[in-house]
Amino acid sequence: MDLNSFFLMRHELTLLAIILILLIAEIFVPESKKSNIVSLAMLLFGIHTLSGFFPLAESKLFGGMFRTNELIHFFKNVLNLGVLILLLQSADWVKEKMTPNNRGTEFFILLFASLFGMYFMISAGDFLMFFIGMELSTLPVAALAAFEVMKRKSSEAGVKLILSAALATGVSLFGISMLYATAGSIYFDEIILNISNNQLTLLGFILFFAGLAFKISLVPFHFWTADVYEGAPVSIASYLSVISKGAAVFILMILLFSVLKPLMEVWENLIYVLALATMFTGNLFAIRQQNMKRFLAFSSIAQAGFILLGLITGTQLGTATVVYFVTIYIFSNLAAFGVVQAISLQTGRENMKDYEGLYRTNPKLSLVMMLAMFSLAGIPPVAGFFGKFFLFTAAASGGYYLLVFLAVVNVTISLYYYLLVIRAMFVRIGNDPIPYFRNKLYMRIGLLLTVAGILALGLYSPLYEYIYQLSGIFK
Amino acid sequence: MDILSLFVIVPILVIISLVFSKGLKQARIIAMSGGIIQLGMAINLIFAYIRERAGNDSIMLFMRDLTWFEQLNIHYSIGVDGISVALITLTSIVVLAGVFISWKIEDLPKEFFVSLIILSTGVYGFFISIDLFTMFVFYEIAVIPMYLLIGIWGSGPKEYSAMKLTLMLMGASAVLLVGILGIYFNSNADGGALTFNILEIAKVNIPFEAQKLFFPMTFIGFAVLGALFPFHTWSPDGHASAPTAVSMLHAGVLMKLGGYGIFRVAMYLLPEGALEWSWFFIILSATGVIYGAFAALRQTDLKYINAYASVSHLGMVSFALLMLNKTAWNGAILQSLSHGFMTALFFALIGMIYSRTHTRDITKLGGLLKVIPFISVMYVIAGLALLGLPGFSGFVAEMNIFMGAFLHDDMFHRVLTIISISAIVVTAVYVLRVVGIMLMGPVKNTAYLKLTKATWYEKTGVLLLLIPIVGIGVAPLWLSNMILESLEPFIRGVL
Repeated sequence: MDLNSFFLMRHELTLLAIILILLIAEIFVPESKKSNIVSLAMLLFGIHTLSGFFPLAESKLFGGMFRTNELIHFFKNVLNLGVLILLLQSADWVKEKMTPNNRGTEFFILLFASLFGMYFMISAGDFLMFFIGMELSTLPVAALAAFEVMKRKSSEAGVKLILSAALATGVSLFGISMLYATAGSIYFDEIILNISNNQLTLLGFILFFAGLAFKISLVPFHFWTADVYEGAPVSIASYLSVISKGAAVFILMILLFSVLKPLMEVWENLIYVLALATMFTGNLFAIRQQNMKRFLAFSSIAQAGFILLGLITGTQLGTATVVYFVTIYIFSNLAAFGVVQAISLQTGRENMKDYEGLYRTNPKLSLVMMLAMFSLAGIPPVAGFFGKFFLFTAAASGGYYLLVFLAVVNVTISLYYYLLVIRAMFVRIGNDPIPYFRNKLYMRIGLLLTVAGILALGLYSPLYEYIYQLSGIFK
Repeated sequence: MDILSLFVIVPILVIISLVFSKGLKQARIIAMSGGIIQLGMAINLIFAYIRERAGNDSIMLFMRDLTWFEQLNIHYSIGVDGISVALITLTSIVVLAGVFISWKIEDLPKEFFVSLIILSTGVYGFFISIDLFTMFVFYEIAVIPMYLLIGIWGSGPKEYSAMKLTLMLMGASAVLLVGILGIYFNSNADGGALTFNILEIAKVNIPFEAQKLFFPMTFIGFAVLGALFPFHTWSPDGHASAPTAVSMLHAGVLMKLGGYGIFRVAMYLLPEGALEWSWFFIILSATGVIYGAFAALRQTDLKYINAYASVSHLGMVSFALLMLNKTAWNGAILQSLSHGFMTALFFALIGMIYSRTHTRDITKLGGLLKVIPFISVMYVIAGLALLGLPGFSGFVAEMNIFMGAFLHDDMFHRVLTIISISAIVVTAVYVLRVVGIMLMGPVKNTAYLKLTKATWYEKTGVLLLLIPIVGIGVAPLWLSNMILESLEPFIRGVL
């Protein structure tokens, strides 16, 4: 390994360094000053995020196990930004609730370890690296989901996540071994040459797909989602629905469009059916939810269904729209979870009924939530509209007009429940509205960044053009 | 800075200054100044348009084109013809009148005016767009504030009405989206690039199969907003629950987006689809015309009466558009304008009556002419205009519509035309019924003897709307010439 390969793995190495620094700090910083570690972790991660924006060459390492190109690089930056905002939003929670129990540093270490796994997952050049990355990204999250050990629901969430995740990865690994059996290699580059449409390959592909579908929580692999989101701390629910899902969608897309392209006629139909099932299930279940975290869980299931619309064509346009949508989705969902987090931290209330009359007591927070809801529902001029419109454009470019039609029916259904939140905040007065409170600095920055993203990402077209140009690797 | 983009920029500036305002007094002054500036801009636009038109025979004037999403060929592309100029003027007048009518709004005044102006921004943007994508964006911007406006400031079953209205309109726009995508992906049928630009697509011969598939989607997508039967059910509930200014803006302006969109997008871009489907939608429109009129006859709530009257009159607009000839189209546009002014005036007057008597039930009202003469006289005038009395705008519009409809001499068109015309008689009945019960006769409730007279801001709002009604009625030719000129290229495109 020469110096250049270090630069190629810049994201991974700096993040590893941060994890090590935090470990050392945890040992040497005295008890009374532990809360400073929060700021230290944020500072380091901020630097890490910024340094990620330096350009990077396209290349491969370790004989093709690790690869990187501009699109992957861009997506790692998006994930970084998402995690940074997430950290800003959860800083106060860590300081107030976790550091006194001596768990503050662990939170950051586990979270970064999971992100570290995601880097390797999306940079994978073979199935081994992919599998290690996927495991590494899931296991720490299970620990994080059970982070509020004293709460029964949180422990339940952790157990539920680890058990279902273990099953999913097991199934996925079984599928990978079948793919290996038919193609004779685990390297993506070699599989492309040897893969053929026979029954064993198909079985392998479907088992493998199930594992990833679990991470994206596509129907029928979604049963864990709502329970885990509800039980886990808000930051972790947010992480699962935003970062974890985003990374899984991204790698799924890369695999489908490159390695598994020869099986396109199979996965086209698979995605068609799954997209419909996911959208309808997610949307119809979301209508009845009262707990905001469960509500957002089903909403994020439905959003995953919309994302599949961009995957179905396997073209450059599809790639660009998916990456663009996921980027926007990260910001919108983080805004929604940020508000939930702020209110939950201040008052411990998480039900939609508690939000009644919020606008009259906390106007700014309600406006952030409103923007987030509009963006998730796809109402112009906020970014979510552009994301969805382009996804539909991608699907329509393949001639899937019926699918697009059913998707827009779903958009209308989803609008109903997003409006329920707005109704609670703006229209209703409420018997016991949440009293006015002022957010701390970190939280305010975190929310402000998401709002800036929601407003700017759509209207500012060069971003989309840039992503489109990066997506040129999939013609 | 071009003259058209100002119609989007000025409202945005007004919104920004409203955000920083404090209290009702500042908010309404800002909203009013913004409204006056826009009215001035609209009048200026008419003259500028007439000047420019004299030496320029391109379809759209004051065109401007900025690339937005280059890869998908999405542009911020704007331009106007006589029809859009007329509708922009309508919008600016109704918005200003709406601000005057909401002079005393007490609950969250700042937010009220902000939502109202966001709505009007969407409407202006819609009328100036000649790019399908931009148009669609503005369309949704115009619809979504309705939820908050009805939900927060409405009355009665406001949560239900607001949700129903928003979901039906957004559902329609979702269907429209499929139609727009269908048009977009067929816009390269002649070998060119994919485009959202209306003028470019109009030059392309979209394959007949695609036209047949996407015309109904595009048509219904817009027609729901125009309260096409049987998708009109949001309209009565919505109007009944909405606060006065919102009913005015909604019936007066927002519903016109439907007719305009049908004309500009569905008919213009998919002419063969229009021919193929016209029989089906003519039946629906004619049903709406007659159904709305009879429904209005049976209502006792003033707002419901006018909401059903709107269903009837806007049914005539889509009926006329589907006749596919110049005279009827001219009538359709005139009807859009005249209905815009009349309904806005009606809802304004109903709001004034309601704020004084606290009821909209006509059986409980009576003899109002004796206590609030100004409002009552205005109501009579608006009623006469609505039933199509010569001298008011309604007459000119309906005259054109039915003359155009009679140009078709086959059985099918004749029968439906006669059915639709008969709605005019019913209109006279329900208008005069209200006038008779509510305004004439003895004062039914002694409490009404103390009703206050109309205030200056109410009078201003009412007069703003009355002047154009009379203006169009007395001197329709200059307007109808402006519209006819602009219809030329569309006629050539469709027939």
